[in-house]
Amino acid sequence: MTALHEAAPPPATSTPLLEARDLTKHFPVHGARRGRAALPRLARAGQPGRPADDGRVVHAVENVSLALDEARVTAVVGESGSGKSTLARLLCRLIKPTAGQLLLDGGAVPRSGRGRREYARQVQMVLQDPFSSLNPVHEVRYHLARPLQVHGLDEPGMSLDEAIARLLERVALTPADQFLRKYPHELSGGQRQRVAIARALAVRPRVLLADEPVSMLDVSIRLGILNLLGDLRDRERLAILYITHDIASARYLADTIVVMYAGQVVESGPARTVTDQPSHPYTQLLLSAAPDPDRAGPAALGGRGAPPSLVRPPTGCRFHPRCPHAMAVCATTSPPGFEASAGHMSACWLQARDLTAAQASPLHPRGTTSGTSPADTSSNDEPGGGDDVSPDTR
Amino acid sequence: MSVPAGHPLLEVRGLCVDYGAGPDAVHAVIGADLVLHSGEVLGLAGESGSGKSTLAYAVTRLLRAPGMITGGSVGYYPAPGTAVDLLAAQEGTLRVLRWSQISVVMQSAMNALNPVLSIGAQLTDVLHAHRPGMSKAARRARAGELLAMVGITDDRLSSHPHELSGGMRQRVMIAMALALEPQVVIMDEPTTALDVVTQREILEELMELRERLGFAVLFITHDLSLLIEIADAIAVMYAGRLVERAAAKALFRAPRHPYTLGLLSSFPSLHGPRQHLTGIPGSPPDLRRLPPGCVFHPRCSYVMDRCRTDVPALVPPAGRGDREAGTARVAACWLQDGSAPPPPELAAPAPDLAGSTASEPVGSRPAGGTT
Repeated sequence: MTALHEAAPPPATSTPLLEARDLTKHFPVHGARRGRAALPRLARAGQPGRPADDGRVVHAVENVSLALDEARVTAVVGESGSGKSTLARLLCRLIKPTAGQLLLDGGAVPRSGRGRREYARQVQMVLQDPFSSLNPVHEVRYHLARPLQVHGLDEPGMSLDEAIARLLERVALTPADQFLRKYPHELSGGQRQRVAIARALAVRPRVLLADEPVSMLDVSIRLGILNLLGDLRDRERLAILYITHDIASARYLADTIVVMYAGQVVESGPARTVTDQPSHPYTQLLLSAAPDPDRAGPAALGGRGAPPSLVRPPTGCRFHPRCPHAMAVCATTSPPGFEASAGHMSACWLQARDLTAAQASPLHPRGTTSGTSPADTSSNDEPGGGDDVSPDTR
Repeated sequence: MSVPAGHPLLEVRGLCVDYGAGPDAVHAVIGADLVLHSGEVLGLAGESGSGKSTLAYAVTRLLRAPGMITGGSVGYYPAPGTAVDLLAAQEGTLRVLRWSQISVVMQSAMNALNPVLSIGAQLTDVLHAHRPGMSKAARRARAGELLAMVGITDDRLSSHPHELSGGMRQRVMIAMALALEPQVVIMDEPTTALDVVTQREILEELMELRERLGFAVLFITHDLSLLIEIADAIAVMYAGRLVERAAAKALFRAPRHPYTLGLLSSFPSLHGPRQHLTGIPGSPPDLRRLPPGCVFHPRCSYVMDRCRTDVPALVPPAGRGDREAGTARVAACWLQDGSAPPPPELAAPAPDLAGSTASEPVGSRPAGGTT
């Protein structure tokens, strides 16, 4: 049993490999607002300065800043709907941000076609479901040959087949010729995900965006994929973004953890600091809900309810309706990022030192937090399927 | 957490289930032995394809062709002294038993609810079928009561499934399963598709309801770490066979089968220093081409010659303290047959289940599988 090597923080002067500054993404709502559900909503939406129907947007990602460094794994943790996948797609330039900047090596990313292609070569994505991200009618060889051919990366003196075999070895699918002629359905889930990772590695990227890469896999093979990502960080110095809802796996793999809630970053910092000394009540809630056989007593859930609607997010801190510690100020003013400790940011008013007594008065008198009675819990539950709005994802 | 186990309620003996017939048949469940006691939460853990859902469907006779029960027995004992042979029962008997005595919560609440009927209509439908004497108003009142029980206000009775969140849909499914106050509730991955916070809320509600109503739960999931928290006893399945069965705490602190040990060291901990974990090498076998001998031997790091040829039986381990636990603790592994002392990580002393476990340091995990 050896403790994992804890990577030293990168020198403060270095430029991050990929940096996102205040990224924001709003999806327009194409509201098919018909039927009885539409009427009360329209009435409520008629607030000053807010058009009744058109112009409504889903605030999927709001002012997210993030830096991915060479040879570091950054984990983004959050519930479904927290905007973590949208963030990955923004970083991959699959969708255009509403506002904000992407910097690769400190420079703005060119808009030209050539620039986009070069960006795509450097920043690659691995998707959640290896059952649908591989083409069922093509063999493994085809999946790995295409990126090499498209980007013209076959090295001089090395045949395409040798390059493919090398790729398979890098993801521990050996002997390579056993896998070349296989179709995706002939592979197990873990092997499929390894092929998907090999395909991303084919173009020699420097940044790997992994969107829930192990969620669809069996428990016993998840660690194999996580360890592979760890190896790629250590051996090939890749900058890796690891998106997950499982905070324990983030603690295991990542150097830095970023916690997202309702489209915003609520806490970020060194992985073990965030999980062992969580500062934001939402991180505390996530940790209290995670399965943990080592837990000393019964699990005590730190808050209840469900994430808010992102069409009309709550004013102030987006977590305040669920927060057991909510104060008056939380309902009105969005908290800035406070530094809880070195490199550990927490967007929570509890970290502020100079609040007035009125600002700090508890918002939910004891016993009436939205979470204390089951009836309230359900009224907080937003209808699934995004309350019959269809965000435009194009 | 542990409720004193009552009388055996559901007894599965040597159950075998095949998909297809003849030489090409896939043996999905082979010789499964399980006992569910009244008021107990029995966890059934296993990876996809290990046969855990097939086992549950066979027990309730909900298995569809080409699935076939090819052997074994399933006894249901609603009260001491009365017995129903579920495998021999006629459709009519089953129709009376299902839902009112044994109910099932399916994995995907999205698909299990009818999208074109309101929640209220679906809840009252059960009562309409099983309680013919009930008036319409009484059915409606009972449906509202059921929703309130799982923390949903009764104005949701007129909602349709698409108007509810995933967590609420799963709560409706649970309410529906409890509508006729069954003795046994079989839950097939009830919280897998949900977020962790919602999952925790639903589990809390479920455990509360169990305390109040006293039903027994067969909880099927791939998430062993969750099971250790909520179950009284756990059975672990691998490639159609039960490989280990023990009280939840004993399984966690002192696993006896290398597969269980591998599963336990596949979950990164939330405490202590970060340790490099290896998981289990390889992948689950193809059920059409099972390896000879112990099905786990190609992935097992303790493999011996005997494992490649002989199938180990599910018997009490030979180690000290395990024999006394009797049939409650069994493992199917040649390491535990007493001919040689098992490796230390598979011979950890079983925790004293009756006494306090608080003296144990938090974070002490079995040491195997880590390097």
